[in-house]
Amino acid sequence: MLNFIVRRLIQIPVVMLVLSLMIVGITQLLTPEQRAAPYIRSEQQAARLEQIIEQRGLRDPFPVQYGRWLSSTLQGDLGYSKASSQDVVATIKERLPRTLELTIVTAIPILLLSVWLGTLSALHKDKLIDQVLRVLVVLGYSLPSFVVGILLLAVFYAYLGWLPGAGQVSVLNTFALGDLQRYTGLLTVDAALNGRWDIAWDALRHLILPATTLLIVLSASIIKVMRNNMLEALTSDYVRTARAKGLSSRVVNNKHARRNALLSIVTLGGFLIIGLLSGSLITETIFAYPGVGQWVVQAAVGVDLAAVLGFAMLTAVIVVVVSTVVDILYGVIDPRVRFD
Amino acid sequence: MTTAPVKVEQRSNWQLFWTSPAMRKMRRNPLAITGLIITLLFGLIALFAPLIAKPSGNCLRDLNITDARQVYNPLQAPFWQATLAPPKSCYLTERLSFQQQPSPPSAEAPMGTVNGYNIFYGLVWGTRTALKLSFIIVAITLTAGIIIGAASGYYGGWIDNLIQRFIDVLFSLPPLILTVVILTILRARLQGGGGDYDPTVPMIVAFCVTGWTGYARLIRGEVLRTRQLEYVDAARSLGARDARLIFKHVIPNSVAAVFTTAVLDLATIPLAIAGLSFLGLGFEPGYSEWGQLVDFARAWLKPEYWYTLVYPAVFIVLFSLAFNLFGDGLRDALDPKSR
Repeated sequence: MLNFIVRRLIQIPVVMLVLSLMIVGITQLLTPEQRAAPYIRSEQQAARLEQIIEQRGLRDPFPVQYGRWLSSTLQGDLGYSKASSQDVVATIKERLPRTLELTIVTAIPILLLSVWLGTLSALHKDKLIDQVLRVLVVLGYSLPSFVVGILLLAVFYAYLGWLPGAGQVSVLNTFALGDLQRYTGLLTVDAALNGRWDIAWDALRHLILPATTLLIVLSASIIKVMRNNMLEALTSDYVRTARAKGLSSRVVNNKHARRNALLSIVTLGGFLIIGLLSGSLITETIFAYPGVGQWVVQAAVGVDLAAVLGFAMLTAVIVVVVSTVVDILYGVIDPRVRFD
Repeated sequence: MTTAPVKVEQRSNWQLFWTSPAMRKMRRNPLAITGLIITLLFGLIALFAPLIAKPSGNCLRDLNITDARQVYNPLQAPFWQATLAPPKSCYLTERLSFQQQPSPPSAEAPMGTVNGYNIFYGLVWGTRTALKLSFIIVAITLTAGIIIGAASGYYGGWIDNLIQRFIDVLFSLPPLILTVVILTILRARLQGGGGDYDPTVPMIVAFCVTGWTGYARLIRGEVLRTRQLEYVDAARSLGARDARLIFKHVIPNSVAAVFTTAVLDLATIPLAIAGLSFLGLGFEPGYSEWGQLVDFARAWLKPEYWYTLVYPAVFIVLFSLAFNLFGDGLRDALDPKSR
C-alpha cells in the first residue's frame, strides 16, 4: 500500500515534466519574438524586445531554453498575460477561487442527484420511471454545453427575467466587494461571513444558471453508470443472501446493494472534477463569469501565449493530483484492490 | 416417388449480415433505427448541400455557372463539382445584407438571417463542414489508434510501457484544453506571416493529437485478450510473421469494441468543433459552421428573434441525439453484456 502510494506520488512530477517538455517543445514552432511576448509587461519593454530575447536566451538551443523556462516557472514566474493585464500567477490566484466556487456548487448537486436517480432507475428497472430517466440520460449527454447554456440564458434571463445573466454579482454590488474581508476566496461564503447576506444571495443567484448548465450536461453519464452498477449489485449473491435472511428491502437496497454500487462513484467524482474544469471554458464564457475558464478563452482568442501555457500547466497539475488521489482513495475504500 | 433433395439454402453475405444476432437486436430497437434514419438524413444533407441550399454569389462564379438552377442537372459538370468538390467560396455562408439585426424567415432565407447571414445556408453547409472534418479526423485517429494500440498490446515490454506512459501524459490534460493549447500555438505560427488563416488543418491536427489515445487504449486491451487465443498460436506455429499475425488475425477480432466508439466520435467531434467556433477559436466569421450561428444568436436573445437561436439549437441537438441513439443501439447490439 505505502509502496503504491509512493510510486503514484513520484509519477506526478514525472508526468508534469514530460508534459511541459512537450508543450514548451511545440512553442518552438514560433519565432523568438512571439516566444518573448509572455515576458513583455509594458510598452517600454516592448521597445526593448531584442534585449528580452537576448536576456531570456530565446534563440538558444531547445534544451537550454527549456531549462530556463523550467527554472523560472518553478520560481513562480509564468509570464504576463495580455488578456488580464496581470501576471499569470496573479490572475490565477484571483480567478481560480471563483471557478472553484462554481465547481463546488455544481459537483455536489450532480453527485447527489445522479446517485439518487441512478438508484431509482435501477430499482424500477423497465418501469415507466426507468424509461423516462433513460430517455433523459440520452438527451443529457447528447446536449452540447454551449447549446444548453444559451438556451437557459435565453429562457431564464431574456424571456422570463427570473435570473441574472452575466457576471458574478450584479453591478450595484460590485462596488461593495472591496469592503468585504476575504477569508476563503469563495464569494458566497465570504459575503455571508461578513454578514452581507444580500451579496451572498446575489452571488448564489448568479451561480444558478452556469451550475444548471453543467448539471444537465455532466450528470447523465454518472446516472447511467450508477444504474448499471446498481443493477449488477442487485443480482449479486450477497444481495440474494440478504433477502433470504429476511431483511427488509429498504435495508437490502440501501445498505447491501447501494454501498457497493457507490464504489465507482469515487472514480467518477474524479472525472467529474476534470470535466467541470474543461466545462468551465464554455459555461464561464456564456455567462461572463469571471473565472479561469473565461480568462483562458479570451487569452486563446487573443493568442496570449503566457496565459494559455500557464492555464495548461495549472490544469495538468489539478488533473494529475486528482487522479492520483482517486487511485489511492479507491484502494482505501475497496478492500478487493490489491497493491502488489 | 422420390422426394426432391433438400436444397441447401445459399445465403448471401448480405443475408448473413441482416439476420445476424446483432442486427436482429438492432432492428428490434425502434429508437436506434430512428436515430440511424435521422443520421443518414444528415449525411444526405451534407452530401447534397449545394442542391438544398443553392449556391450564390462567388460560389456561382467559381462553379462557372450563371444560374443557381444549373446545379440540379446531373448531366453537367457543375453538379458534380458542387456536390463532390465545391470551391471554398461555397462554404462561406451566403450573406444577404450587412444589416446586423436579424430578419425573420422569408422565402429567400427560410430560417431568417442574423448579421445578414442566411441561417438556413449556414446550417446546411455547416453540416457538410462538420461531417467532412469529423470523417477525416475519425479516419486518421482510428488508423493511428489501431496501429499504435496493436503494436503496444502485441509486443508488450518496453514498447508497450513507453506508449502507455505517453498516453498517460496526454491524458493529464482534458481534450478540450489540449486542443485549445495546440490551436493557439498553431494559430500564432500561421498568422505570424500575415495572410489568411485557414483553421481546417490546425483543427484536424489538434483533434488527432487528442483523439487517438482512446482507440489505442481500447485496442491494446482487446489485443492483449485475443493474442492469447489458440488460433493465434496456431498461425504463429505455421510460420506467420508478426505483421500478418497482427493485421490478419489479431486486429480483425478486436475491432468490434472500437467500432461503436468510432460511431459515437463521429457525433462528438462536430459538437466539439462547433463548441470551439462558438468560443471564437474555430472558423473565421462567415464560414458555414454551426457553433458560429449559435454565437451570433447570443446577441439576440429577445423573444422576437427566436429564430436566430431555435433553428441552430434544434439542428445541433437533433444531430447529436440521433447519432447517440444510433450509437447506443449499436453498442447494445454488439455487446452481449448490456442490459
